[in-house]
Order: sequence, then C-alpha cells, then structure tokens
Amino acid sequence: MTERTIKVTALTRVEGEGGLYIKMQGDAVEDIRLEIYEPPRLFEALLRGRALEEVPDITARICGICPVAYQMSSVHALEAALDVTITPEIRQLRRLLYCGEWIESHALHVYLLNAPDFLGFESGLEMAEQFPDEVNRGLRMKKHGNQLLEVLGGRAIHPINVAVGGFYRAPRRDNLQTLIADFEWGLEAAIETTRWVAGFNYPDFTCDYQLVSLSHDEEYPMNEGRIATSIGESIAVADYESEFEERHVEHSTALHSLRKKTGETYLTGPLARVSLNFDRLSSTARAIAAEIDMAWPCFNPFQSIIARGLELIHVYEEALDIMRDYSPPRPPRIEYSYQAGESCAATEAPRGLLYHRYVVDADGKVGDATIIPPTSQNQAQIESDLRDWVPYALSDDEAATSRRLENLVRCYDPCISCSTHFLKVKIERT
Amino acid sequence: MSSKPTLGVFKFASCDGCQLSLLAAEDHLLGVAAEVEIAYFLEATSHIQPGPYDIALIEGSIITSHDAERIQQIRRDSKFLITIGACATSGGIQALRNWADCNEFVRSVYATPDYISTLATSTAIADHVQVDFELRGCPINQYQLIEVIQSVLAGRRPRTPVHSVCLDCKRRGTVCVMVAQGTTCLGPVTQAGCGAICPTYNRGCYGCYGPAAQPNLVSLTGQFESSGVPREQVVDSLRNFNGYAPEFRAESERLEASRESTT
Ligand code: SF4
Ligand code: SF4
Repeated sequence: MTERTIKVTALTRVEGEGGLYIKMQGDAVEDIRLEIYEPPRLFEALLRGRALEEVPDITARICGICPVAYQMSSVHALEAALDVTITPEIRQLRRLLYCGEWIESHALHVYLLNAPDFLGFESGLEMAEQFPDEVNRGLRMKKHGNQLLEVLGGRAIHPINVAVGGFYRAPRRDNLQTLIADFEWGLEAAIETTRWVAGFNYPDFTCDYQLVSLSHDEEYPMNEGRIATSIGESIAVADYESEFEERHVEHSTALHSLRKKTGETYLTGPLARVSLNFDRLSSTARAIAAEIDMAWPCFNPFQSIIARGLELIHVYEEALDIMRDYSPPRPPRIEYSYQAGESCAATEAPRGLLYHRYVVDADGKVGDATIIPPTSQNQAQIESDLRDWVPYALSDDEAATSRRLENLVRCYDPCISCSTHFLKVKIERT
Repeated sequence: MSSKPTLGVFKFASCDGCQLSLLAAEDHLLGVAAEVEIAYFLEATSHIQPGPYDIALIEGSIITSHDAERIQQIRRDSKFLITIGACATSGGIQALRNWADCNEFVRSVYATPDYISTLATSTAIADHVQVDFELRGCPINQYQLIEVIQSVLAGRRPRTPVHSVCLDCKRRGTVCVMVAQGTTCLGPVTQAGCGAICPTYNRGCYGCYGPAAQPNLVSLTGQFESSGVPREQVVDSLRNFNGYAPEFRAESERLEASRESTT
C-alpha cells in the first residue's frame, strides 16, 4: 500500500495561523491533525493578580475578531462573583453591542472568507472583480457592525466602553437613531445575503453531530441561557466543567474539548445555534428560512454559511428593535463592592459557546481564570469531520485535494488566534 | 506579472486585531487593493506569492524561537518593514510574562507543559531586526495605517503625531477626567492616535498607544500616588498592552525597585 502525506502548511482565510496534516495508508486515513502554530500567549496566567476592572480590557485582546464576546463572558462571570445584578436596560445595550459584533464577524466570514470557496476565488478581493455588488454589500454590512461597535464601544476593535457592571458611558438616543436607516437597508441586505448563499452548490455531506449551544426561553441565545444539546439535554452553565472537558487525544498534541462522560466530540457555532433555537429566530429570519426550504436541524457543515445568513437577518432585526426603543440606561453602570468569590458565565460568540470562570479575592484581584473559546471546543469535531471528508476530497491533483480540505476547515470559521488553550504542535515525521 | 508594488502582511504572537484593521477599512480596502499587489496576507487571501515584498506589515511579538528565525527571513525579503500595533512595537500584553516565571505561567495554563515551546519573554520586532517604521496602538488606527501605506507608495517617509492623548482631549474639548472625576489617566504620557477615545467615554486612558515623546512619567505616577493609588496598582497601570515599551518599563521597574528598598 502506498503511503501518502498531505500537508496544507498555511491555512488561509482563517483567523490566526494553522495547518493541516493528513497521513494516508492507501485509501485509509491513518492520522489527521489540525495544527495550530499560534504561539501561546498565556492569558489565563497573566490575568492572575490583575484588578478585576481590567479583565474585559485584557481578555478582549485574546481575539481581535470577537473582542466583545470575551468582554461579555468576562463581565457576566465577574458580576456573578460579585453578586451584581445589572438592569434590563444595560442588558439590552449589551445585546445591541453583541449584535454589532455578530454583524461584523458574520459579514466578514460570509463575504471575504467563505463565499470565495463556493464560487472558486482565492479571496473576497478577487471575487469583487466578478461580483462587485455582492462584495460591496458584504463590506457595507461589515461596516454597519463596526459603526454600531464604535457608537457603543468607542471603537470597533477592542471597545473601551465595556465595564464590569455596565458601560462607562451610555450613548445618547440620537447617536443610535442615526444608524436606523442604514440598518433598515442592512436587514434587506441580510435577506439578500441568505438567498444568495442558499443558491450555492453544496456537497452532499452530513456529519453525525452532537450540537451544543446556549438556549434561552424568550430570546435567541446571546448573553445568557442554559446549555442545550441535540440529544435533549439542558445543562446549567455552572455545570459546564462537569459535562465538558478538555483532554489530550492520543494522535494530537492539541487540547480538545469533549463530552466528559462519553468522550464524544460536539459542535458549537451558528449551525448548532440555529438548529437548537430555530423557533426563537426573528420572524423575518424564520420566513426566509421557510422560503429557502431547508431542513433544520442541519448537519451539513458547508451549510453553516446559510445559518450565518439567517443569524444576520436576526441580529439586524433585533438591533433595529433595540435602537427604536432605546433610551439611555441610568445609571449606565451598577456600583459594586469587592467580595471574594468564584463564578462562571457563557455567552455565544459569533463562532460559538465561550466559557469563562474566575476566582476573585476580597481586594478585587483575580485569583484564577479559565477561558474556553469556541474554536478549541470545535477542534476535535473539525478533525473528525475532516476524516469523513477525505474520501470526497481526495484526487490525484494535490493542490485540488488540499483546497477541498481547506474549504471544509473554513466552514467552521475557526478563530485560531484565541489560542488561550491551543498547544504549539510538533510535527512528527516518520 | 503586475508591476504594482507588493504588500505582505505577516503575523506573529497577536490577536489579529491590527491586521483586521486593514480589512476593517471597508471604504479604503478596495482602493488599497487596486494600488498594491497583495502578495501575502493569509487571513484575507489564499493567493500566496514568495518575496521580495515592497512593503511588509508585521503584526505580533516574538515568543517562539521559530518566530525569531522567521522574522529574519521576512526582513531579508522586505524593502520597507512596518510594525503594526502594540504587540509588534513593544511586545504586547503577552509581555507580562517578562516579569514572571514563564515556566510557571505555562504550567498553570497547560496540563502537559512539555508540549509547549515558548520563549521566556515576549519581545518587540525591533529587538530582532531593523524596523523602518513603527505604527502604535492596540489596535492601530486604520486611517493611520492607510496613510502610512500611501506615504510609502508615494515615496514619502510616513509620519504620525507623537504628542500625547492629553493634548487631543484639549483639542476635542473633552473635560479632563483627572481634574473633574479624580480618575487616574495615562493620557498625559500616552501617544495620540486613537482620537482620545477613553476620556470621552468617562474613563481614564490606559495607555494602549504606548508612550508619547518624552513622557514625564515620574511626575504622573507621583501624582497618582499622592492621590492615594497604591503603588502596586500604579505599577500595573503601566504594565499592560505596552508594558515593555522602554519608557513604561523603566518607570514601572523604578517604582518596584523603590518599593523594595523602602520595605
Ligand atoms: S496590538 Fe493589540 S490589537 Fe494589535 S495584534 Fe496586538 S493585541 Fe491585537
Ligand atoms: S485613550 Fe488611551 S487607552 Fe483609550 S484608546 Fe486612546 S490610547 Fe488607548
């Protein structure tokens, strides 16, 4: 039997840097690894001893693509440890901020990173030559996300306005009103986006997923909820660490999240969220989902891009609702006093569930921090899906094979920069 | 082959936020793409072209020995090398390890520390190779980035202001948060570039653009201490995203040393 090794040394159009290593014996996959080159920045260690007020500013720097997610999971966890209850108005404003990040992140992924794969381009910029209207639409949506983040957060990347207890300053009503016309256009653009991506050609490829996402009785999951799974569980976030576990797997040097009791892989992110919370999508998102006539839950990873489209519709609609009703929360930030404690929180980053846990002392200093990003949770699943995808992707043309493998990796929108938990991988060659 | 100048974007230890600023410059993105040939930008395109590059943008700090070698090759391949952001210009937030026991840091994060190969320090790109221009900020300002790229394309030497955030507040007419609210603020010693955002949002500047030209740090930290901020907190305030920038580093180490000598 011939031995064949396929290596994609630099995955492109993913956030952060990684590679892919596959070893074949004849037609059988002997080894498969999603390799992370991302050097370890050791956030959990460097947080120890810092004042808890600094945590949202510091954890934002884990990821420049979804800083708000890190800020949200951290402030919710810290507020729980301090017994701070935020007002419904602050809570709405946080949802609005999160909407901005979802729009920015999903528009970036759909138009610049993922759609080029379906249409055969090397980049969104190259795609722009043949699809200028679509790319401009995507860029304009991305800009809306950024504008909302700028108004609410002070700037789009690493917002400065997120505080434990709320916001340093609430935007004025007219600051948000000026965005409404653009967002009305954006809602239409999100509908067009979903129709457009629904028309792409999808490989007939499904995986046997255990889907995992936050779930909330009254709203589409974002800042809080219980953890729902496609096998019918409803898990309190406080039980996350007894239900999910990071482990070393024999063939890999990266930490993989698995179900603790069964050792099973699971999938988090847009596909899981839409599948598990379909009835809490906005009315327009549900109507468009009906129009494109696709079955949910969906188990085809390539169709994650459609889930992102539906979520874009949802967040535009929700953002419009919040902005139309908005009046500035008073006070914008709830006061608190220090107390020793420990608590956790999970929110839905654009890429999936993001779990944080902190121990704080009576002087307001962080004693211990645990951060489990969505890509680390998906990594074992991505490898398992790749294993199943190899037979479809394999051809004599090495470049074409690599490209097809990469296509699948990009569908998860892996954000490798959130390397709080990724290991430097050593490549073993025999 | 096109005769357009080539641009490469290279990542080291970072969050991707600075290179994302290039993609975030929606209105300018297609314009810049028309003026240069994007020869290497993994996050944006699968098109990969080998060097030489006319302009290299470097994001991130050096924390692995492999990266310490990689930057040498990129330097050899690049005509004009620009570092973008606090990570690349000063070591970033990950430089907090420089004052800690890095092995202990690794052990506390990873169950199997043996798999981790990382250097004990996080260092700026300029500690390894000659840098032609440094753009500050965590993250950088996208407009400054576009301006810098356009200057280089036009054959001009890029220039960015080196005055303080404090001066920008005065220009914007922002009420001083130190005077009005007694909030500690690094604005007087931090380089402008962000537009003095934090004080307009009722909070002090935390120095994400790094030290301004000739910062009077001793006077500012003295002021913090006399208003009752514990020394430990003053030290921490200098040790964040640009903690290893020479001026901030010298002052935090001075404060720490004088604390040790007084106790
Ligand atoms: S300087 Fe800040 S924004 Fe830029 S890469 Fe580093 S952490 Fe990210
Ligand atoms: S005011 Fe200071 S901390 Fe805030 S964005 Fe500007 S430089 Fe960064």
